[in-house]
Amino acid sequence: MRSDWEVVIGLETHAQLNTVSKIFSGASTAFGAAPNEQACGVDIALPGVLPVLNQGAVARAIRFGLAIGAEIAPRSVFARKNYFYPDLPKGYQISQYELPVVVGGTLTIQVGEGDKAYSKTVQLTRAHLEEDAGKSLHEDFQGQSGIDLNRAGTPLLEIVTEPDMRSSAEAVAYAKALHSLVQWIDICDGNMQEGSFRCDANVSVRKKGAEKLGTRREIKNLNSFRFMQQAIDYEVQWQIEQLEDGHAIQQATVLFDPDTGETRSMRSKEDAHDYRYFPDPDLLPLAISAEWIDRVKSEMPELPEEKRRRYRSEYSMVAQDALALTSSLGMSRYFENTLAALREIPGIPYGTQAPDVANAKHVQNWVINNIASSLNKEQLEIEDSKVSSAQLAGLLARVFDNTISSNAAKKVFDALWNGEGNDADSIIETQGLKQVTDASAIEPIIDEVIAANAKNVEEYRAGKEKAFNALVGQVMKASKGKASPAQVNELLKKKLDA
Amino acid sequence: MSLSLEEVGRIARLARIELTPQDAEATQAKLSGIFGLIEQMQAVDTTGIAPMSHPQDLVQRLRTDEVTETNQREAFQAVAPEAERGLYLVPKVIE
Repeated sequence: MRSDWEVVIGLETHAQLNTVSKIFSGASTAFGAAPNEQACGVDIALPGVLPVLNQGAVARAIRFGLAIGAEIAPRSVFARKNYFYPDLPKGYQISQYELPVVVGGTLTIQVGEGDKAYSKTVQLTRAHLEEDAGKSLHEDFQGQSGIDLNRAGTPLLEIVTEPDMRSSAEAVAYAKALHSLVQWIDICDGNMQEGSFRCDANVSVRKKGAEKLGTRREIKNLNSFRFMQQAIDYEVQWQIEQLEDGHAIQQATVLFDPDTGETRSMRSKEDAHDYRYFPDPDLLPLAISAEWIDRVKSEMPELPEEKRRRYRSEYSMVAQDALALTSSLGMSRYFENTLAALREIPGIPYGTQAPDVANAKHVQNWVINNIASSLNKEQLEIEDSKVSSAQLAGLLARVFDNTISSNAAKKVFDALWNGEGNDADSIIETQGLKQVTDASAIEPIIDEVIAANAKNVEEYRAGKEKAFNALVGQVMKASKGKASPAQVNELLKKKLDA
Repeated sequence: MSLSLEEVGRIARLARIELTPQDAEATQAKLSGIFGLIEQMQAVDTTGIAPMSHPQDLVQRLRTDEVTETNQREAFQAVAPEAERGLYLVPKVIE
């Protein structure tokens, strides 16, 4: 990309709210039912039916508003958005227009990794409640389309940002942070394959320093973070080329084709953008009392940002680690549960000061290095971890009390992960991994190693530290990992320096 | 304020209403009448009065989030013009 252009991106996200029933009817929202078995009279728009708003959907919108520090409108209004399509049997979608339920708010995102990482606060414009449409199936019928209205009436929260993002990386970082947040506060299952979380990106470019926004094109229905990145990058390139060739950008809605990696304009429907919104006479204004907001607030979990701040101050954690442990609510729970379980195990030496910091450090390293990487390898979520937090605590306890060496601990961890035992103690027992701390058992091994590695001994005495490490390695190997490296160090040094 | 025939045509198209040229003229007259009424109403001073979105000054009652509907697909599809394999069939809509 030429550096004299600036990219401007705003995102609109549809998060499907995880209520059990629909937003305006008592039909089920369960995924995967046979066509139209969960579409009741309201959903298929039989004449004479009336919508009744679902309290659970409103409560989730309040939760979201609180999580992003937004204003929850004491009074908001539902409006009809009029357009004709067979998967919208009423001829209008019930949405919110002038008075949405959530106004403003911010989301702080982390962009990039390592030295280039930076954080940025994205301003949100609004979030409003609306109903989803049904699905049209065009393939199976000659000259006809099949309509499945199971999804019609599913509650959605449409979350809109200001045009604050300046690269595809920022857009993806925002989408990921939002995706994590809606699951964290348990308002959306975040399942992108099933369409529970989908994004539209408004993309434009302008000359650096220009104040006026360029004409935007909207990329619809991005349902994976990878596609979002690809689609925006392609779109930006395309717009810059158009402008540099002297063409103007026409406002348009485009779709991303994952097969070609290109965006292309949808044939614009005539007057498609004239939705003729007006307040829905079937629905009275939605009132949200301060008491209701307080009640929802009291049920909110600690939010990711608060948690990160707490981890950093309570456990002296570095930013990167705090971020890793709050990548999901499940991950942070796993960390906290392991730490709590460890405290329950009697006889663990805590060290002399700030015991929890030392414990937390170990737990944090194990969760990030062993649990997270094992999950990654097998593409599992933390909830499916093959080593429970209690099992991990049991293992760490044996490292702390020197029953096993850190080498052996990795073996025990693998064994637990592979289901070779129920707890660390039984694996240590059956696999004979107990650390040998009896000097009289280790000394003969050290003697043997010294005798067999005369060259290393000579090099060490000539001042080569590396030679010493090689000897330690030999002893550890000969002890089958059961010796404590610290003790081997000490005994070996004593013998060599004698 | 009066409405042009073109504007009447556009409104009809958005509402998917077919108008003959004669209908269009009659509709133009009626709609212009409505706009006249609105103009009259707009002359009223409403300073300091909050707009209402509903004629009744009440708020929405909410329902508890629970499934209360059962599957009535058979009954609904019995009165549908066409249905097959559980789907409602309509003339092909893809462009």
